[in-house]
Amino acid sequence: MSRRSRLALLLFAALACTGGPARADGVVADLSSHLIAITTGFTGASVVLFGATEGRGDIITVVRGPEREMTVWRKGKVAGIWVNAEAVVFGNVPSFYAVAASRPVDEIIAPGPAALYRIGTGNLRLQTKSPATPDEAARFGAALVTEQKREGLFAADPLKIAFLGERLFRTTIGFPANVPTGTYIVEVFLVRDRDVVSGQTTPLVVSKVGLDAAVSDFATRQSAAYGAIAVVTAVVAGWLASLPFRSV
Amino acid sequence: MDIYLPIAEVSMDVFVLLGLGAAVGFLSGVFGVGGGFLLTPLLIFIGVPAPVAVASSANQLVGASLSGVIAHWRRGNVDFKMGFVLLVGGLAGSVFGVWLFTWLKRLGQIELTISVCYVVLLGTLGFLMGFESVRALLRQRRPGGARRKLHQHNWMHGLPLKTRFRRSKLYISALLPIGLGVAVGILSAILGVGGGFVLVPAMIYMLGMPTQVVPGTSLLQIIFVAANVTFLQAYTNRTVDAVLTLVLLLGGVLGAQFGTRFGMRLRGEQLRFLLALMVLAVAAKLAHDLTIRPPSLWVISTEQT
Repeated sequence: MSRRSRLALLLFAALACTGGPARADGVVADLSSHLIAITTGFTGASVVLFGATEGRGDIITVVRGPEREMTVWRKGKVAGIWVNAEAVVFGNVPSFYAVAASRPVDEIIAPGPAALYRIGTGNLRLQTKSPATPDEAARFGAALVTEQKREGLFAADPLKIAFLGERLFRTTIGFPANVPTGTYIVEVFLVRDRDVVSGQTTPLVVSKVGLDAAVSDFATRQSAAYGAIAVVTAVVAGWLASLPFRSV
Repeated sequence: MDIYLPIAEVSMDVFVLLGLGAAVGFLSGVFGVGGGFLLTPLLIFIGVPAPVAVASSANQLVGASLSGVIAHWRRGNVDFKMGFVLLVGGLAGSVFGVWLFTWLKRLGQIELTISVCYVVLLGTLGFLMGFESVRALLRQRRPGGARRKLHQHNWMHGLPLKTRFRRSKLYISALLPIGLGVAVGILSAILGVGGGFVLVPAMIYMLGMPTQVVPGTSLLQIIFVAANVTFLQAYTNRTVDAVLTLVLLLGGVLGAQFGTRFGMRLRGEQLRFLLALMVLAVAAKLAHDLTIRPPSLWVISTEQT
């Protein structure tokens, strides 16, 4: 993986120097792979993001998974038992969120642009779909971020982007085994004087492949047939397993 | 070695799952309970989402119970007539149960319901069975004690639709097993259990069936109820993970065969006492979890789009 990406980096550097197809306004970047394939043995994956800048500046990268509707429950004690008591529904929660930066984010970008480009878990601009006071929305939103971090779906701290010399940069983005499927968006921002001066967006697809894709696809599209097959499979397995014991 | 479960969308160690299946299958063979009441909480404990754990356990039960029934049937310990009467109620109950499950899932209270149901049911049953089996064991120590009547007569014997169940040596109203079946069907859908842990004691104490035919007959009806639940869960909630089921079955069906043979060597009272202990242990654990302050007060649920 790393050797291939290094090769790609070299190639990329060569292209950038000749001013070929990679010419862009300020920043160019790409991923070592645009597909994360979830197979039967999937335990997580990492993707290398690499690129080059025109002139000096810092780089901030945001990786955002497809948006989902999520319900945040707060447990409360009712009659001595912990139950799901209050809930707030958020309509536009990224199912995965990670930030990478070449230096601490608040040192290189002003709060205004950070909010505008939704950089950092404080700037997700979560929208409630259920009635909630601003205070509730803030509390439940903060809890959502904490829980997603615990699950590894929101990166806890900004990842480090390393510069190789003046203009080449790279970082490795890790995805846990429970990574949600869908089309991700990787945004790369060039930051100068605490503001974004240039940016680029690259898609990244996380998808089940092979047997697992077939199973989950079938379960969704042909749920009745899937249910029937699941039952039949279990019956056959149960019958087969009793065969060796027949003579006993 | 890890394996990715396509519906649960998590990776699990395949040997942990196999071991879990084998252990639960063994118990299922010994006691004639599907073992779902242990399997579902354990799956949730190792990180399978609760709805998937419930639905996949039901699927696993189909195979495990079939394997168990075959083993009991070879020894003539299955009352088919009783099994099918129970089944009529069971199917109706499971349809209602899956509907209830979907409704509770939408309310966000499904996990609470699952836990509370377990605690109440297992606690009550465990105590009843424990007391009864200890009394029976003590009675046997004293020789010459008065011979007990086959079963007590009460209001249940005044119900209409009297039917003869030859294998069980019973002449009772068919409404009793049907009603029992409905209750078990609902439990099966909500808890992902075959309901054996309710059915077995109810068959012994309520219907008065001989202990020997109880496990086989109970498993017989569990096959069909679990099959129905699996289908309905797959169709309505899309929560059956076939890969998870197959791995669990692989361990489970073998465990069930060994369990059945082991169970033959134990006497009825001992069997019931052991089952009571196990049931109480699970109930105590779940009750404890309900009342202690959870590590996190927040729960996130994602809507599938």
